[in-house]
Amino acid sequence: MYKYDEYDHAMVAARVAEFSDQVKRRLAGEITEDQFKPLRLMNGLYLQLHAYMLRVAVPYGTLDSRQMRMLAHIARKYDRDYGHFTTRQNIQYNWIKLEDAPAILQDLASVEMHAIQTSGNCIRNISSDQWAGAAADEITDPRPWAELLRQWSSFHPEFSYLPRKFKIAVIAADEDRAAMRLHDIGIQIVEKDGIHGAAFYVGGGMGRTPMIAPLIKDFVPLEDMLSYAEACLRVYNRYGRRDNIYKARIKILIHELGADEYRRQVEEEFAHVKSLGIDPPKAEFNRIAAQFAPPPLDASAPDAIDRSDPDFAVWVDQNVAAHKVPGHAIVNISLKPVGGIPGDASSAQIDLMADLAETYSHDELRVTHAQNIVLPHVRKADLYTIWQKLDEAGLATPNLDLISDIIACPGLDYCSLANARSIPVAQKIAARFSDLGRQKELGELKLKISGCINACGHHHAGHIGILGVDRKGTENYQLLLGGSGAEDVSLGTITGPGFDEDGIVDAIERVTDKYLATRAEGERFVDTFRRVGMAPFKEAIYG
Amino acid sequence: MVERADNQSVAQAEGRQSDGEEPCVTLDAFLSQSNATAVRLEPDEDARALIPHLDRLALIEVAFPKFRDGRGYSSARILREAGYAGELRAQGDVLVDQIAYMKRCGFDTFAPEKALNPADVEAALTRWPEHYQGAADGAVPIWKLRHG
Repeated sequence: MYKYDEYDHAMVAARVAEFSDQVKRRLAGEITEDQFKPLRLMNGLYLQLHAYMLRVAVPYGTLDSRQMRMLAHIARKYDRDYGHFTTRQNIQYNWIKLEDAPAILQDLASVEMHAIQTSGNCIRNISSDQWAGAAADEITDPRPWAELLRQWSSFHPEFSYLPRKFKIAVIAADEDRAAMRLHDIGIQIVEKDGIHGAAFYVGGGMGRTPMIAPLIKDFVPLEDMLSYAEACLRVYNRYGRRDNIYKARIKILIHELGADEYRRQVEEEFAHVKSLGIDPPKAEFNRIAAQFAPPPLDASAPDAIDRSDPDFAVWVDQNVAAHKVPGHAIVNISLKPVGGIPGDASSAQIDLMADLAETYSHDELRVTHAQNIVLPHVRKADLYTIWQKLDEAGLATPNLDLISDIIACPGLDYCSLANARSIPVAQKIAARFSDLGRQKELGELKLKISGCINACGHHHAGHIGILGVDRKGTENYQLLLGGSGAEDVSLGTITGPGFDEDGIVDAIERVTDKYLATRAEGERFVDTFRRVGMAPFKEAIYG
Repeated sequence: MVERADNQSVAQAEGRQSDGEEPCVTLDAFLSQSNATAVRLEPDEDARALIPHLDRLALIEVAFPKFRDGRGYSSARILREAGYAGELRAQGDVLVDQIAYMKRCGFDTFAPEKALNPADVEAALTRWPEHYQGAADGAVPIWKLRHG
């Protein structure tokens, strides 16, 4: 894992001092809320329906047990004893007092964490593959590339007042576990002639105008990556629309210019930017990469798993993934128990996951964009003990990638932008499909719920997506089918008229029944949908 | 009031024009007349249009009608990257919480619509010990400090 050096510490400390001063001036009335807003947003502080919400960055979703315990401490001391893990691998707290924010940032800084640029019209926290460094299919660990981008984008003087927010994801495997092409810039590390470089996909995003990022450059060498990113951003900062907040994301610029014209402008800018010497030398990449060296895993560790406890075996089959080193496994901890709030964890649960990481996973945890937690480097021989401890804490729900592993935004229960509640709908769906045998029969089925058109719950990318809207003062839920945020990226299509809260659950049941009746051998829900199209599903839903 | 980035006030004047200074002309006016030495650039105007004329310019004023509109940051860097060495002024909705980034992008004077508190300016401009990335202020980025 990346460890701060004196420079990183000094930068975060300066930011805490700066924001403490800004909060002081705001509380004294020296700056207006309008002037304060972008400053607090760039420090992760939103004003929500009931209180301030603080979003803490978890760079590329990686953290150690000490950091995880600090997240529990903050929940306990400053919030209501729980935190909410988000689709950008961050954590947010819903009940924060403005005057506590500087102290929280101070606490975070003590464990090399911060809330820098987790909001605002700037370059946000860099996200990545939650299985980085552990997955058998990656060509390299993407996190050193992400860390290089993190440092470049932190306090970037030119790109802190962009037309709109800007999200970057980095992966290094063909299987896309980070919804890479639904980011403003999605980078896939690829290999050409034995050398690694970055493929740049630019202009993806969800929101009210979802778009899949086109490939803008197939191979950017490491030594040009920051210059290329700088060129991509400069073209956007200069020409992205600022007249309409809903058309201000880079996807709209690229859509209006066309990918070829955007590429031409970026290449022209890059030719200039490359001459400025802003790219660090390979030695800096090597310094960072050394800190992501694989943990010392014993490849001769026993590979067999004792499956005699049937409940444990069910969990292993669903939530444990293959590790690149024999005798080891990747544990996925579901934060989606039936009746729970997707992504929420109590302080005690966060502490327990920290303990397990420290004892069994080389002190590493990951946050996933599906709002779950990962222990990336676990010996297979330890799986049963880990499962028992998770089970005692209500963290052993064996539903990874099943219909109840729902991504949901906070919705109208918390969010000032929402039109409808997301959490109760997620809970009702999980309850309707609570029978695990039924869920497993349905197989991989990614269900995603947003409480408004901003799409924080990734509904466009759900195999089944739900969008909550306000229809004449009542909550109404539209149903979308056929989206995907993975390597088979696609955008869902609306089925037709929306439903009320109970109606949407019934409609989903009709859709899944239709799938079971229609599927061919080995087809996931989304495969069947792609093969037969919308018509049979529409017929099943609306008659 | 115009403030220099090193926090030495260089002029005390109403509005955006200092005493004895040639008034800024618009970009269109500048491009169509050959004798002006001061120009004002609006957010939607292309800073690169000035590049052939930089050697006869003493002042470029970059307008910030709203502090949230960040196009002027790119304009400033483009001008400095092209070798412009004259005065580069940020004018308009220029607030103390933005001036450190403005300075990094190459601005050396500020003409805020609302006067800034000198102590806050001092604090803002001395806040950051180092910088992660290279920009237009000549600061040595952290990666270079790490590797010499």
